[in-house]
Amino acid sequence: MTRDYSEAGDHLISTRPVLVSRYRWFTRANHWIIAATTILLMLSGLAFFHPALFGLTALFGGGQMARWLHPFLGLVLALGYLLIFIQLVARNLPRRDDVVWVKHFRDVMDQNEEKLPTLGKYNAGQKFVFWAMAGLILLLLGSGIAIWQEYFPDLVTIPDRRIAVLVHAAAAVLMGLVFILHVYAAIWTRGTLRAMTRGSVTGGWAWRHHRKWLREVAGRNRGKPAK
Amino acid sequence: MTTRAPEPTTAAANPPVQPMEVNLLPSDVVRASAMPNLPAPDRQLTKVAKLIDVSKCIGCKACQSACIEWNDTQPELGVNVGVYENPHDLTPDMFTLMRFTEYENPQTGDFEWLIRKDGCMHCEDPGCLKACPAPGAIVQYSNGIVDFIHENCIGCGYCVTGCPFDIPRVSKVDHKSYKCTLCSDRVAVGQGPACAKACPTQCISFGPKDEMLAHAEDRIADLKARGYENAGIYDPQGVGGTHVIYVLHHADQPSLYAGLPDDPQISPLVQGWKGPAKTVGLAALGLAAAGAVLHGLLSRPNRVQPEDEMQAQALVNGGAEDRA
Repeated sequence: MTRDYSEAGDHLISTRPVLVSRYRWFTRANHWIIAATTILLMLSGLAFFHPALFGLTALFGGGQMARWLHPFLGLVLALGYLLIFIQLVARNLPRRDDVVWVKHFRDVMDQNEEKLPTLGKYNAGQKFVFWAMAGLILLLLGSGIAIWQEYFPDLVTIPDRRIAVLVHAAAAVLMGLVFILHVYAAIWTRGTLRAMTRGSVTGGWAWRHHRKWLREVAGRNRGKPAK
Repeated sequence: MTTRAPEPTTAAANPPVQPMEVNLLPSDVVRASAMPNLPAPDRQLTKVAKLIDVSKCIGCKACQSACIEWNDTQPELGVNVGVYENPHDLTPDMFTLMRFTEYENPQTGDFEWLIRKDGCMHCEDPGCLKACPAPGAIVQYSNGIVDFIHENCIGCGYCVTGCPFDIPRVSKVDHKSYKCTLCSDRVAVGQGPACAKACPTQCISFGPKDEMLAHAEDRIADLKARGYENAGIYDPQGVGGTHVIYVLHHADQPSLYAGLPDDPQISPLVQGWKGPAKTVGLAALGLAAAGAVLHGLLSRPNRVQPEDEMQAQALVNGGAEDRA
């Protein structure tokens, strides 16, 4: 069976009403670990980023503790994201539909759904978040290890450390912006959050936003007894 | 009632013996890391400097011993790898280090043994202080001394990144950064630094910076008279001048002396990292978050319509092509 727009695990949970499984438990657990570590990383990182926010270190038990914890949280984030990357990369490769979607971004915001192309599991915005986070996490990981004083004090030269701190800070700001975009889009597009909580979305949501994905998943369901 | 200690004008004199109150106060701090709005101090201390006349150094390491003794550090016993430096680099327990360079002068054909006492230069514009994210972990007093306040240090190593001279060392034991204090605790009670006190050739001297500069000029005149035509002072203006200054016989080539930077300055990368870019970055995040909240409140959310559910139902149950 062809699988152009969906993951193997995506399936109909019920047909009346239509409920579609979008993320299995492992993916959801991993997502929330990533989300939690990202938030903790942003809180501790912002404390080092700007003097006005140094007080955030109190959340971690002081400056020394925050400085110690931050890189380990970063490793957890990088590992978690690596897993999600491997799982989802195939469905996040750019397609021709994405170009059309981006060209009609005005219509996306104005909700002129009839003017938008029908899509697979992800739209270009979701793919952007996926790739932006992948790239930024890679940058943050590399630059972060280069400035990890406790374990890698002599890994790179001091002039290279100066590049690394700059890259780390800039990538962190961009990561924060992508994070805001991701959270906002998930809330603005009602019915999305449940994909990461209960793991399922309604048929209407799938029809409205990811019709090719719904068609493919529904097509796989044919021949199975109706529930 | 004890009196405040006088500001020290030399390291050579013996210290006063009567008890005296410290005279280097928290209120004398003119700059502190990650504390941009520090109140202006109510007095200005005399700017001090340590002058290291490289031409008079005999490499005896008395300064290192005095430094270890006064600061009560316990440098690890090292191994001899065939060079004179001992230990081989600055460490969290060794704030100053004699660096030895063998130099064959192409002009004269002479072999020269250049010995430089390395350690914190106490920059007027300190890169470590600029880079440090922990409020009050690095301070600069109005007499020019740059000091690390260890109880505020978080051990991130940003001072290492910021320093143009590769001086701070972060301890593996307590994860705090260490360097020469210019004996701020001695200066506070009217005494010069331990290294200057111990130096047998008075290669290291200490006092008000203008007096040290005048003394340096005398020394340079003497060196020039003896054929060192490039003798000069090392008080690099790229970091606003320093409160540890050198007299070099080859002031035209500071890097001859175990890589002393020719034109040290806070790296533009560090300036960019710590400058207005921070505020811009923070503002971008704040605006994005505020914009998202505002858009969320004011705009119409994208809701799934009953029509969508019917279409999905038809697709799944009918198994037919959609009609949209």
